[in-house]
Amino acid sequence: MKIRNILILIGCAIALTGASLWMGQQAYSWFPPQAAAESKLIDELFSFLVSLGTFIFLGVTGTVTYSIIFHRAGKYDTSDGPPIEGNITLEVVWTTIPILLVLWIATYSYNIYAEMAIQGPMEAMHIHTMASAHAATMESTTEPIEKIEVLAKQWAWVFRYPNQNVTSTELHLPVNRRISLALQSADVLHGFYIPAFRLKQDIVPKQTIDFEFTPIRPGKYRLRDSQFSGTYFAAMQTDVVVQSIEDYNHWLKTAATQKPTPANNQAANEYTQKIKGAFTSGYPTVIPAPPPLVNFPS
Amino acid sequence: MTNTQIEKPKIAEPHHPPTTWKTYFTFSTDHKVIGIQYIVTSFLFFLIGGIFAMIIRGELITPEADLVDRTVYNAMFTMHGTIMLFLWTFPVLVGLANYLVPLMIGARDMAFPRLNAVAFWMVPVFGIILMASFFLPGGPAQAGWWSYPPVSLQNPTGNLINGQFLWLIAVAISGVSSIMGGVNFVTTIVKMRAPGMTFFRMPAYVWAVFSAQIIQLFGLPALTAGAVMLLLDLSIGTAFFDPAKGGNAVLFQHFFWFYSHPAVYVIILPVFGIFSEIFPVYSRKPLFGYKVVAVSSLLIAGVSGFVWVHHMFASGTPAWMRIVFMISTMFVSVPTGIKVFAWVATIWGGKLRLTTPMLFALGGLIMFVFAGITGIMLSSVPIDIHVNNTYFVVGHFHYVLYGTVTMGMFAAFYHWFPKMTGRMYYEGLGKLHFWLSFIGTNLNFLPMHPLGLQGMLRRVASYDPEYAFWNVIASIGGFLLGMSTLPFILNMIGSWVQGEKAPDNPWRAIGLEWLVASPPPVENFEEIPVVISEPYGYGKSEPLTANLEKQELIKDLN
Repeated sequence: MKIRNILILIGCAIALTGASLWMGQQAYSWFPPQAAAESKLIDELFSFLVSLGTFIFLGVTGTVTYSIIFHRAGKYDTSDGPPIEGNITLEVVWTTIPILLVLWIATYSYNIYAEMAIQGPMEAMHIHTMASAHAATMESTTEPIEKIEVLAKQWAWVFRYPNQNVTSTELHLPVNRRISLALQSADVLHGFYIPAFRLKQDIVPKQTIDFEFTPIRPGKYRLRDSQFSGTYFAAMQTDVVVQSIEDYNHWLKTAATQKPTPANNQAANEYTQKIKGAFTSGYPTVIPAPPPLVNFPS
Repeated sequence: MTNTQIEKPKIAEPHHPPTTWKTYFTFSTDHKVIGIQYIVTSFLFFLIGGIFAMIIRGELITPEADLVDRTVYNAMFTMHGTIMLFLWTFPVLVGLANYLVPLMIGARDMAFPRLNAVAFWMVPVFGIILMASFFLPGGPAQAGWWSYPPVSLQNPTGNLINGQFLWLIAVAISGVSSIMGGVNFVTTIVKMRAPGMTFFRMPAYVWAVFSAQIIQLFGLPALTAGAVMLLLDLSIGTAFFDPAKGGNAVLFQHFFWFYSHPAVYVIILPVFGIFSEIFPVYSRKPLFGYKVVAVSSLLIAGVSGFVWVHHMFASGTPAWMRIVFMISTMFVSVPTGIKVFAWVATIWGGKLRLTTPMLFALGGLIMFVFAGITGIMLSSVPIDIHVNNTYFVVGHFHYVLYGTVTMGMFAAFYHWFPKMTGRMYYEGLGKLHFWLSFIGTNLNFLPMHPLGLQGMLRRVASYDPEYAFWNVIASIGGFLLGMSTLPFILNMIGSWVQGEKAPDNPWRAIGLEWLVASPPPVENFEEIPVVISEPYGYGKSEPLTANLEKQELIKDLN
């Protein structure tokens, strides 16, 4: 009897582990493509947490479901269950295991974080002293390119490449190079977020925040404002184009020859022509900044 | 001070109906009347907040911003969040605690009955102030329920009295009201327990309320001060938070989250308490590891003071701060895990009866486990940087606030309904309500997780078409969830008016509140109980008090 129970428990644990590992593998498909070196690290960590979480979730709900099915009181059974008030061993075990798990998850997360070396604004000075900071950046192949200036305003993104004095409303980046951005806001809080890169940083007015990462996959991705910035917040999106260094340099050279023209700006368009069909309130709004004048309007 | 309340030789008349419907519209100082006043008032606001949620889901059923204009949409999610937190979750939990705590600890009322009534009557006052903002030319506040400056300081109408102004006034009044409540609860629990009701004989629910109210006392002053400073910035031109004038916008986030994250535990702890009451009754077993469960509430309250920066991982916080707050946040899962395992062990091997309150508690427990797991994911800095401000977070906290808290509240309403009204509710309607809300909650909030992982941000009125599929499912779930309240309303009103008369203790539950009449007389206990054993003595057939229990009850337990 006892051996049978142990065998059943072991069987359940194996089945649970199998299901959890399978779920962890599924997790990779829930994300956008891995377009930056950092995204691989984050997906790996997330997959691990999904496996662990699945194990806990199925363990708890499985036990509860078993009770619901097999431990029901009969219709006329008014008796009580066994008066078990606790079990010290069990309680010590289920306190210790979560503590160990938390330490494990925290250490793992910390290591991933150190590898990513996402900088908070106060870290900008220390970045070069962190040995692990460039681990994920394929440093050997790269020389950092010029620092690109990112200006967020209600509701437009403007990118400036200072060496060529090129401005654009589309962010062009060379692949496999460490990218360095200087984030600035003209008015309120904004957030710099590219889901395919798994990276996000709030932009605080009157501050310049340095931000670094390495794109690894050519293609077109979306950049969105991730910190609520007022009426046309949802419309504050643009494209990020990751391309080979040759294409990137070519793009910069061509853009430098273009005369600045006003870019298409959704917030400004919507402000001047009301969307048809929607219920309108007449609530006043902050007036969108005029469409930015740039060499390369998207 | 008001301990005199106990010694007053007033004897209640048990056969006299304690209240008529008119009592509920008066400045009553009876904690039971105030409790029901809180519950009914906040439920009305719950319905209003729910209608706003359905407008939001209606807008999001298509990718374009085509149902309401963007300003209206922003007002909707701002008011939805504000109403659901400050006018539903907080007051409804205070209402339940108001009703139950004095009964559970064997007191005749709260420590400060008049303060209690004042604290309640502030709720409709600030509720009306908040709703009045719809009639202003600029409409209500549109900066989200966080009201982060500088967006919240932008005032396109130029008027002194604007939506944000009324919002801040309402939040400040709400803070004052809750601080009053906190003082009252902590004093009541420390000072007014019946003889023999030691701390380790208090029901776990009272422990949970005690821990939650301690958080209110240390946390709320920060939020209330932050709201007042923002109000000064907005209306008289000070520069605490406005970067354009040299203020610090991120400082507001510290003020805000220093309270507003612990506030999550203020909300969830009493619901944990409800689970700890309900599982033993309907499993006919003592609460497993009662003392550890009780103390874990205080532990959660303690840790909750050191986790707020996890809301600001993307806000420009230095790396050391991110790591410290990641670890402290993860440690919340230890006392929380103790509770979850204790409930599972309580259920295990019991004699389960799947009544409506038990169904709601079980459904709430399962959804809470899910929310806890996504919570751990969110506390991990690298993952949070990706999903921060996305629908992953929205899905997570709705699993907490609807899947756990609101489900737990419904469990409590059904469980104590016979005690509060003296009538039984209709079991069939209750079960219909459970299944509609359980399916609706999962349909509504589960799709938000893949959306967030894909990068859909919260607070957007329009989105890229790639997100359409999961949004349609979420919206259908949202409408179903809205409909799920209809059988509940029907059940509550119908049963209160013409339900079957309830006995004193229809569930054969152990607890002081079940030893008095249903509904309890004005002064609760004719004779103050003398408590002689721990709570949850299921299967032990020992009396709870030395003086209140009748012989047949003891026989009943055998």
